[in-house]
Amino acid sequence: MHALVEPWQHGFMQRAALELTLIGVLSGVLGCWIILYELSYSAESLAHALFPGLVAAALLGLPLLAGAAVGLGGAALAIALSAAVPSVGRDTAVAIVITTLFGLGVLLALAPASPPGIQGLLFGDPLAVDPGDLVTAALLCALALAALAVLHRVLLATGFDRASARALGLHPLAIELALIGLIAIAILVAVQALGNLLVVAILVAPAATARALVRPLPAMMVVAGAVAVAGSIGGLYLSYYAGLAAGASIALVLVGVYLLAFTLGELRGRRASGAAKMRPAIIEAE
Amino acid sequence: MTAGDAVHEPLLSVVEAATAYAPGPPVFEGVTFELGRGERLAVLGPNGGGKTTLFRLLLGELAPLAGSISAVGSFAYVPQTERSRLDYPVSALDVALMGTLSRLPWWRRPGRRERDFGRAALERVGLAEQADAQYGDLSGGQRQRVLVARALVQDAPILLLDEPYTGVDRPSEQLLDALLDELAAEGRGIVAATHDLEHARRWDRVLCLNHRMVAFGPPREVLTPAALAETYGHDIILLGDQEGLAILPPHHHH
Repeated sequence: MHALVEPWQHGFMQRAALELTLIGVLSGVLGCWIILYELSYSAESLAHALFPGLVAAALLGLPLLAGAAVGLGGAALAIALSAAVPSVGRDTAVAIVITTLFGLGVLLALAPASPPGIQGLLFGDPLAVDPGDLVTAALLCALALAALAVLHRVLLATGFDRASARALGLHPLAIELALIGLIAIAILVAVQALGNLLVVAILVAPAATARALVRPLPAMMVVAGAVAVAGSIGGLYLSYYAGLAAGASIALVLVGVYLLAFTLGELRGRRASGAAKMRPAIIEAE
Repeated sequence: MTAGDAVHEPLLSVVEAATAYAPGPPVFEGVTFELGRGERLAVLGPNGGGKTTLFRLLLGELAPLAGSISAVGSFAYVPQTERSRLDYPVSALDVALMGTLSRLPWWRRPGRRERDFGRAALERVGLAEQADAQYGDLSGGQRQRVLVARALVQDAPILLLDEPYTGVDRPSEQLLDALLDELAAEGRGIVAATHDLEHARRWDRVLCLNHRMVAFGPPREVLTPAALAETYGHDIILLGDQEGLAILPPHHHH
């Protein structure tokens, strides 16, 4: 029992756990939409694309939020411009712009002249969270969760079928942009704890885990949030006792849990859903 | 507007419409037709001939290159069930309740009244018992009926159905037929893309579409071997006399 309690005697561990609980709850709910909208890779690209903006803001002493917004706008513009070149495909344009921006960010972050804390944006360090960071994280998480609650119905209808969403009076593009904006906020909150390279682990792995285990969306969101929080705490233990980097430990645990859930789901055969998915639409079973 | 005007004013009027996907040649040109209250219109044409594109144009997803479209009220859209996502975590009732988005402000959650509407719509399409079943677990015909229930909840004056009879079992087809007849009798306009000549023959109007409007009018005038040959090109086979005409739709999708 002592081994379970011991880590929490340290203030930095308490703050890390609190920060990761906030991030975990938001990631669980948002991650379900990322999976349903098939935006996992976009989330990864988004994280990399706003990296130079974050680094620049940190170097200039500006709020990270402003840096992220500028970074995101710059990336969107660069992608639009390079995709407009007829000989460059859209896919290629995204890959080139994201890699260039990420490289630029890494170059800035690892430059000898940059202050040491900036590398933290790359790999993250939940143990360095201070009370001010916690307040910011709590506010942004509350804002994003409230937005997700309000947008729930339109997200559900648009993700189900885009063409009908228009017939229902919705604007699919605006809804998708709102979702991407919320993903950017989540990345921003999580980047300090998990770093730019690992932030996608908490956004995607818990939701993917939940999807392998349960079907209805509300249940999926609850399970994803629980997995994200529990996995993060598990990662903190791993880091504490094995002496590993905290951000990487958390990512490792989350991905490990996903692989376990996926295997479990496959073994169970997911009887009803699996059968429905495999059945061609032409064949009737009434 | 008086009731008398409403009867004579068409629900939907399309004049010389043309459209295209952003950079590219027009998918179709010169499409002109009208849909009156209580009329059922069958849209015939080969795959890739512009049927789905016509719907996307009517829904405002594509802009017209030329011509005009005027509609009284909104559309309810029933997409091809074969294209719906079976892995999406929604129940039949969840899908039906999406129809309330057009009547409730989008940020409001459906209350008891709306849920009752949703259940009543599912009952009307014969799926009261499946309300809580996952959409992806239903058969093709049942999924089609759930999408029709969503349109019922939406309560739009014009219903667009994209190949509603494709991938549908016999009982669902008969149920759907009866339901569409009922909805037309209520004064709604029904537009359905189909490959099924039998349905086209029974309905009020037929529009033949193959990158341009081949013909439009009552089935008796439009469904001639010449017009059908022009609509379907080589995909048509003739069986017996004119009444036994049948179409062999190509099985690949573009």
